[in-house]
Amino acid sequence: MNVFRFILQNRSQVLELTGEHLWLVGLSTLFATLIGIPLGIVIAHWPRLNKPVLAGANIIQTVPSLALFGFLLPVPWLGDRADRLAILALTLYALLPIIRNTYTGIRGVDPAVMEAGRGMGLTESQLLLQVELPLAVSVILSGVRTAVVISVGLATIAAAIGAGGLGEFIFRGLAMVDNRVILAGAVPAAILALLADVGVGWLERRLQPR
Amino acid sequence: MQPTPAAPVIEFRNVSYQVAGTHVLRNLTLQVQPGEILALLGRSGSGKTTTLKLVNRLLSPTSGEVLVNGVPNVNADITRLRRSIGYVIQEVGLFPHFNVARNIGLVPKIEGWPEARVRARVEELLQMAGLALELASRYPHQLSGGQRQRVGVARALAADPEILLMDEPFGALDPLTRDELQREFISLQRRLRKTVVFVTHDLREAMRLGSRIALMEAGKLVTILSPDEFLRSADPWAAAYVKAFGDRLESTATEGKS
Repeated sequence: MNVFRFILQNRSQVLELTGEHLWLVGLSTLFATLIGIPLGIVIAHWPRLNKPVLAGANIIQTVPSLALFGFLLPVPWLGDRADRLAILALTLYALLPIIRNTYTGIRGVDPAVMEAGRGMGLTESQLLLQVELPLAVSVILSGVRTAVVISVGLATIAAAIGAGGLGEFIFRGLAMVDNRVILAGAVPAAILALLADVGVGWLERRLQPR
Repeated sequence: MQPTPAAPVIEFRNVSYQVAGTHVLRNLTLQVQPGEILALLGRSGSGKTTTLKLVNRLLSPTSGEVLVNGVPNVNADITRLRRSIGYVIQEVGLFPHFNVARNIGLVPKIEGWPEARVRARVEELLQMAGLALELASRYPHQLSGGQRQRVGVARALAADPEILLMDEPFGALDPLTRDELQREFISLQRRLRKTVVFVTHDLREAMRLGSRIALMEAGKLVTILSPDEFLRSADPWAAAYVKAFGDRLESTATEGKS
């Protein structure tokens, strides 16, 4: 098929853009995880914060991605480099599933287990690290998994602000009205999403408590 | 700190507990003597579980104070206090991601016991609780209800606490298993002589295990009686209980005392 011939012929560029794509998705997922998991833990323990935090993350989610990229463009340090901006936007989008799943996972721990642990004299941090997080880990990771898969797709739009990634091919193909070029971006992006899904899914099963 | 023989191990001084304006517990005054098994008997909502949780500070009283070994428990370090008190609940609450050995050995481990000593202690406790040693590597979901409750008791005894709090420990078991565990608990207690407070709504269990029965109703302590006195009591609440449980209580009354 000529799409694959096109990809093969341009393999060095496909690889380069795939690398950029991975960079955008990887870094934003890392940041979202570093912010989202602690936030999820906090709202699971202080239910009062639950509504405002989840509402905030939900609202971000409703902003169309192209608009969010545009809004962030004039921000001083961020606007200097498109990839910074793209990473920030992708991080914001990835927050909701991670926060929500961390919250759900921790709230889902059997209250009897928590009561027994507390009654035995485990400190709150011991409870968190030895009981809540290990028991919630597969739910948390399935949130990360959702976030990664969404990010891989969204990151293609980052090309619109010049942040690179596989979206370059897609936008170029759109401009050229050439399906081969579009697919040269879309197919690797789809494969990336599948691989990420399988990879995190594998991690999820490995870390699952019995 | 070793209590003098006469000093109560646990003492409630005029303790009330309110939540959202409702009295769950009202002016409770109560002493638990070393080595005794005090049964807190009452219906759901009578305040018996609340009483139990006030001892290890899972709850804090609205007024009054709870003394453990003569010291108001609010003055004690909460982690130290809880680790010196064994706690067993009806749902057991075993850590589902830890095997039996890790469940039992958790408190000794976080107390910093060397690994070999933890292992030896776990084996000792498995034996004490009537569990086969090969169960050590099983996970809670692989155990029967009776085995889980045995692990729960073994875990509570792990750091050799002086006090044991038990909230309907045998409530969720089938009658045969319950009978077996009660029987074993009695013989275990003969050896260990812990100070035990346990919650039950089963008069038969209270008579069988308890050296004294504290009858509670609507957040108040109605009376504290020995099992024999309870049977003959003229107190209307006690009499109602005896009537509800009917015949053949006499025979159970003798077993628990030691």
